[in-house]
Amino acid sequence: MAEIENLEPDLEELRESYRSGKTKEASWRKSQLKGLLTLLKEQEKDIFKALEQDLGKHYAESYRDEVGTLTKSVNLALSSLKDWMSSRKAKLPIAAFPSTAEVFPEPLGLVLIISSWNFPFGLSLEPVIGAIAAGNSVVLKPSELAPASSSLLAKTIPTYLDKKAVKVIEGGAAVGEHLLRCKWDKIFFTGNVRVGRIVMTAAANHLTPVTLELGGKCPAIFDSFSSSWDKEMVIKRVLGGKFGACAGQACIAIDYILVQEGFAPTLLELLRNMTKKMFGENPRETKSMARIINKQHFLRLKNILDDPSVQSCIVHGGGVDEDNLFIEPTILMNPPLKASIMTDEIFGPLLPIITLKKIEDSIEFINSRPKALAIYVFTKNETLKRRIISETSSGSVTFNDAIIQYAADTIPFGGVGESGFGRYHGKFSFDTFTHEKAILRRSLLTEFWFRFPPWNDFKLALTKSAYSFDYFGFLLVLMGLKKNS
Amino acid sequence: MKMTGSGVNGMIGMEGGRVEESIGELRRTFRSGKTRSAAWRKAQLKALLQLLRDNENKIFEALKQDLGKHPVESYRDELGVVEKSVKYSLSHVDEWMAPKKSSLPLIFFPAKGQVLPEPLGLVLIFSSWNFPISMSLDPVIGAISAGNSVVLKPSEQAPACSSFLANTIPLYLDSKAFKVIEGGAEISQQLLQQKWDKIFFTGSPSVARIVMSAAVKHLTPVTIELGGKCPTIFDYLSSPSDTEVAVKRVVGGKWGPCNGQACIGVDYVLVEEKFASHLIEMLKKTIKKFYGENPKQLKDISRIVNKHHFQRLRNLLKDPLVAASIVHGGLIDEEKLFIEPTILLDPPLDAEIMTEEIFGPLLPIITLKNIEESIEFINSRPKPLALYAFTNDEAFKRRILSETSSGSVTFNDIMIQFICDTLPFGGVGQSGFGRYHGKYSFDTFSHEKAVLRRSFFLELEPRFPPWNDFKLKFIRLAYSFDYLGLILLLLGLKR
Repeated sequence: MAEIENLEPDLEELRESYRSGKTKEASWRKSQLKGLLTLLKEQEKDIFKALEQDLGKHYAESYRDEVGTLTKSVNLALSSLKDWMSSRKAKLPIAAFPSTAEVFPEPLGLVLIISSWNFPFGLSLEPVIGAIAAGNSVVLKPSELAPASSSLLAKTIPTYLDKKAVKVIEGGAAVGEHLLRCKWDKIFFTGNVRVGRIVMTAAANHLTPVTLELGGKCPAIFDSFSSSWDKEMVIKRVLGGKFGACAGQACIAIDYILVQEGFAPTLLELLRNMTKKMFGENPRETKSMARIINKQHFLRLKNILDDPSVQSCIVHGGGVDEDNLFIEPTILMNPPLKASIMTDEIFGPLLPIITLKKIEDSIEFINSRPKALAIYVFTKNETLKRRIISETSSGSVTFNDAIIQYAADTIPFGGVGESGFGRYHGKFSFDTFTHEKAILRRSLLTEFWFRFPPWNDFKLALTKSAYSFDYFGFLLVLMGLKKNS
Repeated sequence: MKMTGSGVNGMIGMEGGRVEESIGELRRTFRSGKTRSAAWRKAQLKALLQLLRDNENKIFEALKQDLGKHPVESYRDELGVVEKSVKYSLSHVDEWMAPKKSSLPLIFFPAKGQVLPEPLGLVLIFSSWNFPISMSLDPVIGAISAGNSVVLKPSEQAPACSSFLANTIPLYLDSKAFKVIEGGAEISQQLLQQKWDKIFFTGSPSVARIVMSAAVKHLTPVTIELGGKCPTIFDYLSSPSDTEVAVKRVVGGKWGPCNGQACIGVDYVLVEEKFASHLIEMLKKTIKKFYGENPKQLKDISRIVNKHHFQRLRNLLKDPLVAASIVHGGLIDEEKLFIEPTILLDPPLDAEIMTEEIFGPLLPIITLKNIEESIEFINSRPKPLALYAFTNDEAFKRRILSETSSGSVTFNDIMIQFICDTLPFGGVGQSGFGRYHGKYSFDTFSHEKAVLRRSFFLELEPRFPPWNDFKLKFIRLAYSFDYLGLILLLLGLKR
C-alpha cells in the first residue's frame, strides 16, 4: 500500500523519465512490450493463482479472458509499432503549393490508468499496452478490491518493465484521490459511473483529457429460431456471455434478455438445460463459474434477490452461499421493471428474462433506457438487424454472439452516453494515448501577396477565387479580366 | 463566469423554462430520426452556404461593428473559411457517413466487422468573440454533417455577430433541429445544467474548467479549444528575400488576425540577440507598409474588442520594466479602443506579458544567445496551440518536431494550418483537447459504433466450460493465430 507522502518522488521520477525523451524511442517501447510478453509467460501460474484467489476463476477462464487477450494485444502492438509511430501525409489543395503537410503522433506525457477488479489483469494491462506503445510514462492504479492481483502487478511490473517510467501504485480511495489531484496528461478509467464522475471532476481542474470505460445494462435480444443446431450454439453463447464472464460481473456481460412471450418457455428450458451442462452440478467446486468479488457486492446481489417481488420470479437457481461468496447461476422470469434488478446494472449471475408482445418492441424498450456499452442480438432477421443498428445507440452491437467483440483488435471498444466515452483496443489504444500533431511545411520562395494589407477589391477577388480553388477564375482576376462581383 | 461586454443591444436572454422547452423540441427532433438522413444533412449544409452568400454584406457589417474588421480580413479569416468548410463537407459527407469495414482475423470466421458512425444526439457549441462567425459556424458544420441537433451559444462579447446569427440562422436552417441561444454567463449556466450528448467549447481556460466540470453531471464528452502563448522562432535566414517574406508573415500573423486577438496568432518571437535589431527594423518597416505611416490613423487593422480587454492590455504595459522595453509603438486611444502595433525587446520573463497569453497587438521579442535555446524556452512553458518556426535548417526543424509539443507546428508561415481541411485543428496540454476541421469535425460529433456480425456456421466449442486441457490448448493457439497448430490439435497430432 503506497504512503501518500511517497508519491511525489515517484511522480517526479516519471516526469524526468519522460522529459529525458527515452520513452519516445521505438527501441524503448519495444523493450517494454517484450517485457510485458515475458511477464505474461513467466508469471502465468502466479496470475492464475491470483485470479483464483480474488475471484475464484478457473485458469482456463483466466487465460481466455485475460492472459490470452493480453498476449494477443502485446503481439499486435509489437508488430504494428513502426506503422503506428509513423507520420501520415495530409493532402493539400494545389492552392497551397508548394507546401507539405503531415500528421505526427506524439505521446501525451504522463498518463494515469485506473482499472477495475473484475478483470484485474486484462483491464490494467490492456490500456498500459497502448500507453507504452504510444511512448508515455505510466502510473497504473489497480483496484484494491482484487488484492492478490494488485499485489502481483505491483511486484512483477518493476521487474519486467522500466521502473523509472512505468509504476504501479496500489491503494484504495484515498490513494486514488491523491493521484487524481496531481496533473496528468491523460487519465484512463475503467469502472463504475459514480467513480467515473469523481475522475472527470478531478480531470476538469487541469483540463486533462479522459477516457471513461463504464458499463450499463447490456441487453440481449433473443429472436425465435427453428433449427436445433442453431439453438444449442446460441444458448451456449448466451450463457457464456452471462455466467461465463466472471459470473456476470463484466461491463459487457449480458445483463438481461428480451424475448417474445410465446418463445419464452422454450428459451427458458434451453437455458436451464444448458446451464447444467456447461456449469455442472457444483460450479463453485469445478470453478466453471467465478465467485462474487467481496461481501459488499455479494450482499448487494443477495438484497436484489431478497425483494419478494423479485424472489417470486426466480425460475432457476437462486441459491446463495455467503461463506464462499457464491451465487448459483440464477434465471428470473419477468421481474418487476421498477425493481433494482431492472433499473441498475446487475453485475452478477442473475439473468432476468423480459417478455414482449413482439420482438420489435425491444427497440423501444432499449431506447427508453440509458445507452449501454453493448447490445446483443440473436436473430437471422435482416430487417430486425437493420432496425436495431439504425434505431438504437450503444458502444457496440454484436449479432449472434456475445463478449467476443472484446477480442477483436480492429473494432473500437468504448461506450457512448452513460456507458462512457473514448475507446481502445488495437490501434485505438495507441491513438487514445497519443496527440496527433499537425505539421505544415511552407516555402519562403513564393507568396500569396494578396494575403496582406493594405486591402483593396483586387485582393478580395483573388482571395475569393483562391478559397474556392477556382484556379481559372483566379487567373482571370489576376489578368484583370474578372472583377469582384 | 465573468460577464463582460458593454451590454450593447440588450441581450435576448431566455428564462430557464424556455431553455428547457427549446431543448425538449431539439431532442424530439433528433429522436424522430430526421437529422440522420444524408438528404437532410446536405440540405442544411446547402442552406448554410446560401446564408453565407446572401448575407455577405451583413456579415461584414457585423464584424466591423464588433471588432472593426475590414471586409477583406473578414472574408479571409471568417466568411471565406466557413464557405470553404461547408463545400468540403458537402462533397464528403456521404463518404464520411458510410460504414467502414474492419478486417477480422481468421479465427473469428465466419464474421464481419464494421465501424459505423452515428450522431451523438444533442450538441452544445460555445463560440468565442474573436472570430465570432467562423468559431460558431465551423463546429456547426461538423455537428450538422454528423447528423446531430444543435444549440449554438455565440459569445455575447461580439453582440452584433451574435444577433446576426440568432436572427438569420432560423431563416435558413431547420429551426426544430437547430437553435441559436444568445446571452451571457447566466444563460450559459442554464444551458450547462441540461443534458447534452456533446459539448464543444472555444474560449479561455477558466471558462473551459466551468464547462468541463458541468459536463461531469451527465458524463458528457467535451472538446476544448483553448489557446496559449504561441511562440515564433525566428532563425537566421541567409537570403534577404527569404527574410522579407518571413517578416511579412510574422507581421501578418501578429496583427493580421483580429489584431493579435487570435488563439493561433503569434504571441511572441524568439530570435538570436545579434539579429534582433535587424528584425525589429524590418518589422517596423513592414508594419508601416501594411497599416500606414500614421500610427494615429492606422487602416486595415481590427480594434480591441471591448473596454475590459483594452484595460487588460494597457495594464500589461503599465509595469515600468515592460514599458521601458517598448521599442516601437505604445500609442493607445481608450475611446477608440485602439492600441498601436507595439514591439517590445526583452520584457522581463516574469512579467504578465510573458506569463499570460497576450491576445492583443503587443509583440515581445525575446533574445537568446543561440537559437537552439528556443526549444528549452518553449518546453519550460505550457504547450501552445501552435508553434511557428522560420528556418531553413533541417536538423533544427527535426529537433523542434521531436523535442517540443504543441497542437501544431508550422514551418516558415503562420496561421495557414487553420484553412487546411485535412489537418486536425486542436490543442494539447493547456491548449486543450479534441480537434476539428474537415473530417475531424464530423468525427468529433460522431460516435463510431462497432458492429460485429457472427453466424452459426462454425463454433469455437472450446470457448466455454466445462473446462479441460484440450480447450485451454485450443484457446492458446487461437490467440496466437497459430492456425497450423490448431489443425494439428484438432487432428490429434499435437500434444
